[in-house]
Amino acid sequence: MASNFLRLRKPYYVESTINCSSSSDQKLVNLSFGINETRNQTKKRQAKEHHGRRSCLDSCCWVTGYLCTTWWLLLFLYHCCLPFTAVHEVPELMPAARLKREGLTGIHPVVLVPGIVTGGLELWEGKPCADGLFRKRLWGGGGFTQLLKRPLCWLEHLSLHNETGLDPPGIRVRPIPGLFGADYSAPGYFVWDVLVKNLAKIGYEGKNLHMAAYDWRLSFQNTEVRDRTLSRLKSKIELMYQANGNKKVVVVPHAMGVAYFLHFLKWVETPPPMGGGGGPGWCAEHIKAIVNIGPSFLGVPKAVSNILSAEGKDVAYFRAMAPGVLDSGTLGLRALEHVMRVSRTWDSVVSLMPKGGETIWGNMDWSPEDEHVCDFSKKRYFRLSPSDNNVNNSNEKQVFRVKDPVKYGRIISFGKAASVLHSSQLPTAVLKEILHMSASRNFNSSCGEAWTEYDEMSRESIRKIGAADKAYTATTLFDLLRFVAPKMMNRAEAHFSHGIADNLDDPKYNHYKYWSNPLEMKLPDAPNMEIYCSYGVGIPTERSYVYKLSPNNKCKRIPYQIDTSVDGEDDSCLKSGVYFTDGDESVPVLSAGFMCAKGWKGRTWFNPSGINTYVREYQSKPPTSGIKSTTHVDIMGNIALIEDILRVAAGATGEEIGGNKIYSDILRMSERINLRL
Amino acid sequence: MSSLRRRKPINESSDSKHKEEEEDEDHDDVDAVGDDDVNGKNKKTPSKIKKKRGEKPPKQPKWSCMDTCCWFIGCICITWWLLLFLYNAMPASFPQYVTEAITGPLPDPPGVKLKKEGLEAKHPVVFVPGIVTGGLELWEGRECAEGLFRKRLWGGTFGEVYKRPLCWVEHMSLDNETGLDPCGIRVRPVSGLVAADYFAPGYFVWAVLIANLARIGYEDKTMYMAAYDWRLSFQNTEVRDQTLSRIKSNIELLVATNGGRKVVVIPHSMGVLYFLHFMKWVEAPAPMGGGGGPDWCSKHIKAVVNIGGPFLGVPKAIAGLFSAEAKDIAVARALAPGFLDNDIFQFQTLQHVMRMSRTWDSTMSMIPRGGNTIWGGLDWSPEEGNSCAKKREKKNETQIADQAGSENAVCKAKSANYGRIISFGKDVAEASSSDIERIDFRGAIKGHSAANTTCRDVWTEYHDMGFAGIKAVAEYKTYTADSLVDLLHFVAPKMMARGTAHFSYGVADNLDDPKYKHYKYWSNPLETRLPNAPDMEIYSLYGVGLPTERAYVYKLSPHAECSIPFKIDTSADDEDTCLRDGVYSVDGDETVPVLSAGFMCAKGWRGKTRFNPSGIRTYIREYNHLPPANLLEGRGTLSGAHVDIMGNFALIEDVIRIAAGASGEELGGDQVYSKIFNWSEKINLQLVHISILLRLFIFLEVSISI
Repeated sequence: MASNFLRLRKPYYVESTINCSSSSDQKLVNLSFGINETRNQTKKRQAKEHHGRRSCLDSCCWVTGYLCTTWWLLLFLYHCCLPFTAVHEVPELMPAARLKREGLTGIHPVVLVPGIVTGGLELWEGKPCADGLFRKRLWGGGGFTQLLKRPLCWLEHLSLHNETGLDPPGIRVRPIPGLFGADYSAPGYFVWDVLVKNLAKIGYEGKNLHMAAYDWRLSFQNTEVRDRTLSRLKSKIELMYQANGNKKVVVVPHAMGVAYFLHFLKWVETPPPMGGGGGPGWCAEHIKAIVNIGPSFLGVPKAVSNILSAEGKDVAYFRAMAPGVLDSGTLGLRALEHVMRVSRTWDSVVSLMPKGGETIWGNMDWSPEDEHVCDFSKKRYFRLSPSDNNVNNSNEKQVFRVKDPVKYGRIISFGKAASVLHSSQLPTAVLKEILHMSASRNFNSSCGEAWTEYDEMSRESIRKIGAADKAYTATTLFDLLRFVAPKMMNRAEAHFSHGIADNLDDPKYNHYKYWSNPLEMKLPDAPNMEIYCSYGVGIPTERSYVYKLSPNNKCKRIPYQIDTSVDGEDDSCLKSGVYFTDGDESVPVLSAGFMCAKGWKGRTWFNPSGINTYVREYQSKPPTSGIKSTTHVDIMGNIALIEDILRVAAGATGEEIGGNKIYSDILRMSERINLRL
Repeated sequence: MSSLRRRKPINESSDSKHKEEEEDEDHDDVDAVGDDDVNGKNKKTPSKIKKKRGEKPPKQPKWSCMDTCCWFIGCICITWWLLLFLYNAMPASFPQYVTEAITGPLPDPPGVKLKKEGLEAKHPVVFVPGIVTGGLELWEGRECAEGLFRKRLWGGTFGEVYKRPLCWVEHMSLDNETGLDPCGIRVRPVSGLVAADYFAPGYFVWAVLIANLARIGYEDKTMYMAAYDWRLSFQNTEVRDQTLSRIKSNIELLVATNGGRKVVVIPHSMGVLYFLHFMKWVEAPAPMGGGGGPDWCSKHIKAVVNIGGPFLGVPKAIAGLFSAEAKDIAVARALAPGFLDNDIFQFQTLQHVMRMSRTWDSTMSMIPRGGNTIWGGLDWSPEEGNSCAKKREKKNETQIADQAGSENAVCKAKSANYGRIISFGKDVAEASSSDIERIDFRGAIKGHSAANTTCRDVWTEYHDMGFAGIKAVAEYKTYTADSLVDLLHFVAPKMMARGTAHFSYGVADNLDDPKYKHYKYWSNPLETRLPNAPDMEIYSLYGVGLPTERAYVYKLSPHAECSIPFKIDTSADDEDTCLRDGVYSVDGDETVPVLSAGFMCAKGWRGKTRFNPSGIRTYIREYNHLPPANLLEGRGTLSGAHVDIMGNFALIEDVIRIAAGASGEELGGDQVYSKIFNWSEKINLQLVHISILLRLFIFLEVSISI
């Protein structure tokens, strides 16, 4: 066949050249005549049959060639014009350029601590299916192409061991060290790159800028057990401190990195077997400031829905728009179940669960965000300056207030009714009942291999839990999770705690599982240190969910899903089964700001040495893209934030960059929280 | 075919619009014939076609040259995509499968093989990359380098060299006087294992070794790439980047986090010298050194496994500094004369390269050390009697077996004078020393060059030199290792002033002299003592069996205007004395001669000498070069070439065994193919401490007097 085509193409080619040049070169034609004569006689018949197909192929080639050429031409033009356009973009993108002209230079070494899912992971040892991927990225950068090429293999390698929470046998996936680790999480999707660029402008480079990459799938203490990550970070900070003329470091953690660094602060001062043995003055000696970006100090409700049904807002929306697509086993390849199975082996997800229970997140009838106004489209903040306080404005606010405040405290409710009814109308002590029943639950043998722990639960208890009229608060939530995912919670609760300490002097709080919970640890004794809480506001953020039982009750399915049919009125916070509140799209203001606004403000229980704290909020502006954006990850490119970081790195104190800058209701929310300080 | 038929009439009709009637007729005829030949098989008469032509007029799109081009590109694109698709769809083990089908089963990679033997990761491993293999990235640049922030300037694809060559040269150069960053430019080494695992895509340096170590359980926490800016002088890496402090802190961390197990250091090429410097630095007291105390090395280092180490420098560096050319360039010039000299084509490539590389202090660390004592004088050299071509050697041996005496004499008579590293003219290189008339250049007045004004920039220091100076250099005729340093001082005073502040090339008479505490002696094994670490082991691993540059025949460049005045005389050839294309070669790994790589371990440090007071054990492991058996093997698993040896399975196996805890004796001690021991014998270097000699002398005297 192929040879046939080739032969046929030739005569045409000859002729086309004739036509182009429009010169009648008799010789050539004769030549081609001679050649073709002999050829054609042998292949006459076949050629006749292929007339139609050949022209089709030709035009295909022609179209492709045409497109390619056009594309190249455009590409070429684009590259030619690029230098001119780039010049205009630069000054705006680079607050550092302006600051440098002001005479700012980098003084303090900077340590960046990436958050969950933004760090890259690479393969060091794998199963045969991952052949040829040695030291290639599995997560981040180009790693996601492997997801398309060999999805099951990819998922297998990213899972951790179900019981130890460490590597499964025969698989070693390790974080990518250095700045490469997390500056781009996917091509074109910057995380740290803009910040690094700006830092470089005022003189930072490899010797005074460090990315503390860690394996974000592990629990914090396990990163030390397996990879010695905490020891490395300690040695790195000590080195940078010495090598830069005894200048203290500025630490910039993002998202979960905030909790990780809290853990580090405690770890480093704890004596050796469990800790790093740095001695009680280590933090005071080595750390100038911690600039937390989008901190999830008290956890995020999103983590709950992730664990319960592996879905976030986005998935829920998607399901509402195209029902059936995700549910169909064929097309979705049971994507959610796979995701759930993998992400449940990651201990770190549990660290993001809401901390502080009902005291912080509200109970059945009360929540700190009660007065929140939800109409984000029309939303205006009443207090634009943080100085003038709330007394006058509270009246105005009443006007806008919805008659019945949203009961944010009920993080998970089954059925819409359960999310709005008064608590007295709800049945109580459901869980106790079910827990009694748990003894009777039997392994569901009909499903074959158990995928998620749901498969090990009996249908009955699933239904019982999922029956309407039940709601769970931040405290009872854990009972629920312990019931539906006992193994995971067992594993994870050895590493994380989500309560509030009654008495911080209790020796049990020396255990590492309390170190990442700001409500169960004391900040180190470092009065000159500064802590910043920098986060975006003005974007609807998931706060609580309305759930329902999944319609298809088959094996290997997640039995619950967000009830996307539930919608409130136009100005309500309820949309597609999710209640929203103010935040940066991932972390609600409450979680990000409370510790700096109240928990650590001044000399408190949690902050015995009186470390200065500052709340820096960045308001979302209507064109939410690029340099003004304040969403959880995009905020890393926000110029106002970058400018603050640069100033701090160049030696400014919190007072010098303007103290608190608050747009949201965080102060009032915090006031409502009744926490012993 | 139908498309053809359709197309043709339109073209013709469009053509005919612009043409005369007769021409149109012609065309018809031509087309008719063309049609005939194409469609002849369809048994259609021309008239029928003509009729068809009439029926199907200008509805059809015009199929012009442009279209043909598009069609052609489309074809290529589609084929390319198809191949790409097939390639990607191909299982990863396919090439291996093919190879195995052709050559029989491949040996297991050493990592797999040793894992089966039960070896496990034990000692943490530190890699020290050599010159040019480490990646460099941009942190701050001029306007012309916009958009290259944190992109690799060196290593990777080198795409920028083609896109903006002048900008690239500017950013890669260092300051001419300080040897540090020029103003407003910061180029920094890439850190982490990625710094030097691949030099360019597909051209591995450390990657194979890393992959094999990973097989027995090594990972990021037990491996460390001591990346440094290889353009700087060694002490300046500490001054600018605190690289030495970082290496110290990282080694301490590795030891601490791996249960107190000492590290195995694997330096390659110039990394060997860098690590020598490090070992002295780390034990020196604080202001100049790292303040690690006198037993730091013995506490933290198990073994130093030097791969292809130019302990005593490489003659190649001379050619590089003197005329920015190496054998490769000389050969290219011989093959295509005028090609490289053509200014229009090359934009004075060599001058640019020279200007850039002369700002790099590190190149001066590779200048041959030890002077005439090591490298030979006018009439002798340690490698005397070396016969070069492999074939010849064999023949010689058989002949020697037959008629030993006479043949040997002939051979000796024809031996090259390797000691004369640079000679002007082939006759000078071969003449006996008494015949050469030399005029000392050292005092010569450089004079002013007329060319100086016509050259816009002063490209290199040659343009400060003038004709008189150039002539003086050429009239000295021949240079040995000792006078070479003087020569470089003469032709490039600025560069050497910078360089001699950081490096030294002599042999120490008395190591107790306090001047040897200065850092400039630390990287010269002939002017330092090894640290006091009796349990440490030093290995020297290198390839042999490849011709390696050892001495050069130079000539004056014909046009002296704005170009480098000297170049290698590629017309000089001599079968008998290993002279090819103006280069004398000896045994080595293509870059480092055996003498430089092996001498210290074979003699200088063997046993307790004054350079090795604590008696650190040394081992020589040579690997004979074998070219890759077939194309699929890539750069070969048996190669002995300077960089390719990093993929040599035997070498990797040795390294892994050492890392897993084996000692030099367990490895099999020395493994020598070359004549390094013979050659070392010929070098007359005082190894016993001078005070011991004195004591011995006094003792003798006393005993005699008694």
